[in-house]
Amino acid sequence: MLTRRIIPCLDVRDGVVVKGVRFGAHVVVGAIEDLARRYRDEGADELVLYDITASPERRRVDVAWVERVAASLDIPFCVAGGISSVDDARAVLSAGADKVSINSPALARPALVDELAREFGSQCVVVGVDSAWRDGEWRTHRLTGDPSRSGESGRSLLAWLAEVQDRGAGEIVLNCMGSDGVRNGYDIAQLRAARDACRVPLVASGGAGAVEHFAAAFEQADVDGALAASVFHSGAIAIPTLKRALASRGIAIRPYQPANPFTRHSREGRNPSCPATPS
Amino acid sequence: MNDALVIVDAGGANLGSVRAAFARLGIDAPVTTDAARIAAAERVVLPGVGAAATVMSRLRELGLVDTIRSLQQPLLGICVGMQVLYKRCEEGEVEALGVIPGSVRALAGAPGLRVPHMGWNRVRRCGTSPLLDDDGHAYFVHSYAADADERAVADCEHGTRFAAVVRERNFHGVQFHPERSGEWGAHVLARFARLS
Repeated sequence: MLTRRIIPCLDVRDGVVVKGVRFGAHVVVGAIEDLARRYRDEGADELVLYDITASPERRRVDVAWVERVAASLDIPFCVAGGISSVDDARAVLSAGADKVSINSPALARPALVDELAREFGSQCVVVGVDSAWRDGEWRTHRLTGDPSRSGESGRSLLAWLAEVQDRGAGEIVLNCMGSDGVRNGYDIAQLRAARDACRVPLVASGGAGAVEHFAAAFEQADVDGALAASVFHSGAIAIPTLKRALASRGIAIRPYQPANPFTRHSREGRNPSCPATPS
Repeated sequence: MNDALVIVDAGGANLGSVRAAFARLGIDAPVTTDAARIAAAERVVLPGVGAAATVMSRLRELGLVDTIRSLQQPLLGICVGMQVLYKRCEEGEVEALGVIPGSVRALAGAPGLRVPHMGWNRVRRCGTSPLLDDDGHAYFVHSYAADADERAVADCEHGTRFAAVVRERNFHGVQFHPERSGEWGAHVLARFARLS
């Protein structure tokens, strides 16, 4: 059975991981590779590396750190931020990222989704959506990494989800802005509405503060993955603890397995339990 | 001297990831399109991402179709690289390499059953493979799959049972991405690198 994914998100600014509250001030958390490896060792199923400075400043992701992460990491990761063309995406995917996530550039030019899906396949095209409730509907926002330029895009959430799937998006990451950064739980109502509108995998983002919040997103909104940043960076929730708690509730989870010294040896070709020339 | 292991450049964006995965095991795995070098290598890896039609047309352009078909040494197809080992791929109605009988078909979506099948799922042994010494969870990203028939040595379930690992003579295939399947996936690659 396909398991539900736990996805730490590393917000990257100027080459280091930062955290923010309600898209405001940012505090440095640590080096990208250190955090990526730590989360991998703790049982993260996937990582999102989000360059929050890239899109507003109209510059591409620095592929040097993408290459370093790709070389050291053996779980999938997605790079978001600053990808606004097929060439940008090619650079990031060639550097070793498994997926690219586009948000503001897709709102500015929706055909980008078609182009990426055609060139690289839907499986590596993630559309990130920032959305908040106003006047009776959820509305998508653009350029949310830059408070001075962010704002509503003019597209409603549900219409946008339908459009990007038709254009070839292979996954949706929905960041519910009203709940983001305040750790009071995912926006279950919004996620449920999005779930009904998504035939592709849906990842919840914004608001995780406790184990129950993850459980609610999986059990009540049927999301495929749950993304969080600050609760993991601060150590408020340890991924092994989270995974055990979710599994005990009957949620399908890839079990956390501490690194096995014998398996590590086998990776260097010294595991006595593996014959040198298996038949 | 012949290469211990080469990676066929059949396009697709995961070449670097596969190469890096072998590097983490201490194995240098050059990427090549050279038919003579591929034929002479002790082991060959055929990765693939995207569509079977794209991979097959690239192999044809490079003149590698017969080279790969006639390999006697261990070959490992990864993801679409496994799918093109079969005779037919429904995706784009492609005539593929055909070293394994059978077809690769679209996974059927359903309410609560998302396609692409994307994420970690359990791989369960149902036959004997030198690549597996344990069941485990692996990372999958695909919309097409082969039936879990008698050539499948491990299966996986997503609405239906499908072949997660297949073996026919010297041809091995994994539908998941061992290069992105953590410790367990690294183990599969390490065991392949010791096959002879």
